[in-house]
Amino acid sequence: MEKTVKKRRIFLMEEIKMYEVRFHGRGGQGAVTAATILADAAFHEGKDVQAFPMFGVERRGAPVAAFMRMDTKPIDIKTQIYEPDCVVVLDPTLMSVVDVTKGLKENGKIIINSSKDPKEFNLGKGKVYTIDATEIAIKHGLGTKTNPIVNTAILGAYSKAVGNVKIESIEEAILQNAPRKKEENRKAAVEAYEKTRGE
Amino acid sequence: MTKLTIRGNMATALGAKLCRPDVIPAYPITPSTLFPEKISEYIADGELDAEMIRVESEHSAMSACIGASAAGARVCTASASQGIALMSEMLFIAAGMRLPIVMAVGNRALSAPINIWCDHQDTISQRDTGWLQFYAEKNQEGLDLMIIAFKVCEDKRVLLPAMVGIDAFVLTHTIEAVDVPDQKLVDEFLPKYEPELRLDPEKPMTFGSFGTPEFYQEFKYMQTEAMEKAREVIDEVFAEFKKKFGREYRKITPYKCEDADVIILTMGSMSGTARAAVNKMREEGKKVGCCKLTVYRPFPAKEIVELTKNAKVVAVLDRDISPGFGGALYGEVSAAFVNEEKHPFITNYIIGLGGRDILIEDFEWIYERSMDVIKKGRVEKPVQWVNLNEEVL
Amino acid sequence: MVKVTLGAVNKIAGSSKNYKTGDWRTLKPVIDLEKCKKCWACYKYCPEGCIEKTEKGPIVDYDFCKGCGICANECPFKAIEMIMEER
Repeated sequence: MEKTVKKRRIFLMEEIKMYEVRFHGRGGQGAVTAATILADAAFHEGKDVQAFPMFGVERRGAPVAAFMRMDTKPIDIKTQIYEPDCVVVLDPTLMSVVDVTKGLKENGKIIINSSKDPKEFNLGKGKVYTIDATEIAIKHGLGTKTNPIVNTAILGAYSKAVGNVKIESIEEAILQNAPRKKEENRKAAVEAYEKTRGE
Repeated sequence: MTKLTIRGNMATALGAKLCRPDVIPAYPITPSTLFPEKISEYIADGELDAEMIRVESEHSAMSACIGASAAGARVCTASASQGIALMSEMLFIAAGMRLPIVMAVGNRALSAPINIWCDHQDTISQRDTGWLQFYAEKNQEGLDLMIIAFKVCEDKRVLLPAMVGIDAFVLTHTIEAVDVPDQKLVDEFLPKYEPELRLDPEKPMTFGSFGTPEFYQEFKYMQTEAMEKAREVIDEVFAEFKKKFGREYRKITPYKCEDADVIILTMGSMSGTARAAVNKMREEGKKVGCCKLTVYRPFPAKEIVELTKNAKVVAVLDRDISPGFGGALYGEVSAAFVNEEKHPFITNYIIGLGGRDILIEDFEWIYERSMDVIKKGRVEKPVQWVNLNEEVL
Repeated sequence: MVKVTLGAVNKIAGSSKNYKTGDWRTLKPVIDLEKCKKCWACYKYCPEGCIEKTEKGPIVDYDFCKGCGICANECPFKAIEMIMEER
């Protein structure tokens, strides 16, 4: 099954220019909200967008994924995302449980919430970026020390690493969508944007 | 007009809210749960002046809908899958009593085995209840069709209930950009619901009373005639909607069908992917088109015949199955052609059951099967299953 | 000519009163007011609502009583007897 799915998707990315992102987190960490805010930011830059959770049941703490698709043209397709252009890892402890690079394009980007240097990750493909979103989240009082909410900070890193959604748009989308602590969330994204490290 | 990025369930809830419903009895069920959640939020925030009735089952939800609608309220609800199956008895009653209730559905598979994902089995199984059925391709259509459904249903020539289907997860849980019409425009488009007769303790009367053999058939005939009348009312309302809000709806929406040898007929969210597949195949010089059905009841038989009569193969995609026959849509498209002198080959593909993702490659596979039919000049296997994993059988 | 109505609405309220169901009866309840203690069990249990409370005791409306015998069954003082209807 895996193989056929891969074959199916190749032409899509070559012929339909769109950008697809997969978020990895744990249930309750806000991966879906991150995908939503990113979609909203891209939408306000004039792109057509889709954002969706891993279809099905979500349980707190269990590994979950969320997806975002954007295009400068109206998006017709409703398929799930198999070969993302970018992967965002909200929780680095997931990397021993889930293959976060699964289906990632050869020249794709991986953004990891980690205090390590990108060079320390040897994932075999993709370009790695790191940001210590946990530290930033705690500093801005987002969540608790044991359960920091890093989904807004990591979007700042996305903007820096990928560059196809402006940090200003992400700030605006955070203010629109964050249920509480809007300003703290916005500041966290900006700080993460400034501190993102690439290979 | 404001643009929002919202989930499908929120789009239908927002569509419902813009119609200013008076009563919303609902029992939450995946994947429609966000609908009653949003409605109760609107009421709590003072954005919607309505009564939300929390009931103990879907059967009761529809019973409450019937009572409220008979009392003259504008009523909507939401459900899916097993919930709709449990409602079934009351669905017949709502239609027989000629009550213009609108239900937002998150189209989901039926048990067993338990499955919360998308297919159209839940509403297709209720096609004989006498409800109008609309199927949305995207969240925008979900919102718009709620408004359209109320307008059609409350027309004096129709007075029947309607279901608006949005695909489980593919739409219900997916965020898309949606144009939200201005309340003022919706109010102009959809005036207050004023039934001629209503339940009233001051002026008691009996609704849905006894129908003996001398009269029952006539009641059913009247009801069926109303469904027939709905055909022209739907066209009128689509036209008025376009004038008012700028978005065009058709019972069937063809795409690159003019010179197509093969026409693929779709319903719901797969229709967008079908267009992308057609674009790709057209670039490769293949003469293929697709067509989306937005209205399933009343069934647009005439329109389908008119569109597809000159094609060589019509491939009918069903996200449902009637074991012992094939897909429901296939049966109806075939029936539409039965008295025509000339007709294309009609083939059936069972696809995307229980949330199986529908891919561009699936449409290419269907095109190849259709070309086999053209080459051989006959249909060897009328009903085929798409993307069936025979390894696990 | 009677015409069918939209949604089978019957605009005449209380038209079921025109159906005298009393002629469905084969046995009829007869209440012995001597034995009756006016506990009103018969009144409460009558599924047709055709037992009336009066000063003297319960009175059966034979226009509508179908003769089901529930009143006789429920009466704790055996004050109600079901007797053959004489026609």
